[in-house]
Amino acid sequence: MTMDRRQFLKGMLAGGAVAATAASAPAEARGNLTMPPKAMGLLYDSTLCIGCKACVSACKESNHLPPEYSTEDQLWDTPLDLSGKTKNVIKMYKSGTGDHKDQEEDGYAFMKHSCLHCVDPSCVSACPVSAMRKDPVTGVVTYDPGDCIGCRYCVLACPFDVPRFQYDKAFPKIVKCELCNHLASETNDTRFQYSACAQVCPTGATLYGPTDELMVEAKRRLALKPGTDHTVPRGRIDGKDSQMAKAATYVPQVYGEKELGGTQVLKLAAVPFDKLGFRDLPERSFASVSETMQHSMYGYLITPALVLGGLVVAAKRSLRDDEDNQE
Amino acid sequence: MSNHEHSAPTPLGGSLVTSLTKTMALLIAIAGVILVVRLIFGIGSVTNVNDGYTWGVWVVYDVMVGSAFACGGYSVALLVYIFNKGEYHPLVRPALLGSLFGYTLAGASVIIDLGRYWNTWHIFTPGWAQINSVMFEVATCISLYVVVMWIEFSPVFLEKLNKNDIRKKLGRWMFLFIALGALLPSMHQSSLGSMLIVLGTQLNPLWQTMLIPLLYLMTAISVGYGIVIFESTISAIGFKRPFELGILSKLSKVMWGLIVAYLVVRVVDLVVRGAIVEAFKPNVMALMFWVEMAFFIVPAILLASAANRRRPDKLFLSAVCMMSGTFMLRINSYLVGYETGEGWNYFPSLPEMGLTVGIIAIEILGYVVLVRLLPVLPKHEAAAVK
Repeated sequence: MTMDRRQFLKGMLAGGAVAATAASAPAEARGNLTMPPKAMGLLYDSTLCIGCKACVSACKESNHLPPEYSTEDQLWDTPLDLSGKTKNVIKMYKSGTGDHKDQEEDGYAFMKHSCLHCVDPSCVSACPVSAMRKDPVTGVVTYDPGDCIGCRYCVLACPFDVPRFQYDKAFPKIVKCELCNHLASETNDTRFQYSACAQVCPTGATLYGPTDELMVEAKRRLALKPGTDHTVPRGRIDGKDSQMAKAATYVPQVYGEKELGGTQVLKLAAVPFDKLGFRDLPERSFASVSETMQHSMYGYLITPALVLGGLVVAAKRSLRDDEDNQE
Repeated sequence: MSNHEHSAPTPLGGSLVTSLTKTMALLIAIAGVILVVRLIFGIGSVTNVNDGYTWGVWVVYDVMVGSAFACGGYSVALLVYIFNKGEYHPLVRPALLGSLFGYTLAGASVIIDLGRYWNTWHIFTPGWAQINSVMFEVATCISLYVVVMWIEFSPVFLEKLNKNDIRKKLGRWMFLFIALGALLPSMHQSSLGSMLIVLGTQLNPLWQTMLIPLLYLMTAISVGYGIVIFESTISAIGFKRPFELGILSKLSKVMWGLIVAYLVVRVVDLVVRGAIVEAFKPNVMALMFWVEMAFFIVPAILLASAANRRRPDKLFLSAVCMMSGTFMLRINSYLVGYETGEGWNYFPSLPEMGLTVGIIAIEILGYVVLVRLLPVLPKHEAAAVK
């Protein structure tokens, strides 16, 4: 009996070693996903934003979302954060006297919060039923309530706290920005042609376009000497609308260039991003770490099959011993 | 060959209507009302969960902790059938019954927390099933395990119904279900920990580690033994049966070995990753980490002594510590250590806890009723049956 057990344990170890070797083969490791060929996104420049919240209003209109009240009179749509009723919000940073725009001390700055459309999204990796999908061409991260089970693993997993849930409904949905994906359909009954937030932005602070072009534009602005007069596109990057701007003293970083393998929505600001509600994040996506772990343990069900084999042998032997004992 | 002839399990008998069963029925009725309110007015109408803490006790307790507490059957089956320790055989049926309820209810209760529960079947359906999701693996494995457990337990029903031919046929395949019953919990108990990995830096380094699946698995197995000691103690008192000291004392040594191994893995991992510095910061997370660790350290010290392992009170205390530690590891990693951004708070509401209490009441009521009706507990000559 003792020999049996030793052999069994040996078998388990050997099986484990085989599985571990198979798992560490390069084909099994999952790196960050890469930018889709026609990735679309937004460039939000905090220094151009005047906090008018036209984008918040347009987003509600485009997505048929209800107003959300935070004032006593309950007259104005005044969302303070993303929620089951709000997919896009402008938040404000203020320090000290709050006198100077885009200044870290005694200043203030605006920041747009909406889905960043990650290149390698945690929500898509977490979702057990493919309700969160990343479009293979445009890279837009979409949500289909018809698929969704409402487990809210996406809400938990998103490092930008983007997906929100309708806790007050009997038949709730997840609510998140889908880059106004629905406007491309034949049945578009709104006045918008592309991302409503960008289309209505009066200052060009929110700009719509292909992510690679937006990145070039962001880098161009970062390279300018602070105070230089220059022209910025308004609405969409390939449109004709533009306006004059003065180059700001930017934080030398395009937020979304490297974070978690990149995002399709890019951000520029003159106040450090952690002050504006965006954490420091590593370049390796959390989704790739999680999936590598999962696939190395369960890839092709090799490890479970080997372990099951060992367990069957052990169980058979125990049952036989048990019968011998009872007879 | 070890000598382990043991008395056959027999129904306990006795009245089903007692003050205990009546209380449990009342708690279940209250939970039923809370469930109706939740279905009509939404999850937010009865719980305090929010977008910062979207998973409350309905997930973290009912599933994460509840299924770990239901590991008695798995842990004992590992000993008896995989490591061929036949002397623990009398523990199999009672442990399996506890697990059967624990797991079935963990699986069923999570549906209450699903916002769009009518789509639950999507998880298992090709076209929807998303195999990269750790939750897919957890949901599939738990569901399969519940089925496997009912099959493992079915000889008890078949015995009662005198369907001995079916029982014999099933017996020939039992090795497969026993093997699956050892494999599936190993997979999903570890994956309940793996589900945290995708949270990345949102989870404090005290809990965010690539070893979290191993930590979850080790605590699940050892708490399985803790639960067996806990349930046996309560049964001995509640049903006025003799305390099975000999067997539980030996079991506690197995549990002790696992706790020590766990503590070694836990501490080495924290030191190697440098995360141990987080444990000495003056904040709530560090405090809760030490509370969690204390619940593992206490039984590691208590059970090291052979004299303590022969004292029912020390065994019971160690089991309760082990359960508390397992509870804290899961609460800490899913709630306390989760850094969700400023302005968010969560503590379960009364109705939210009420529903969880109702689920625990179903387990207790079901256990009491079934051990009285079915051959689960080993027969004792001196058993005083009321």
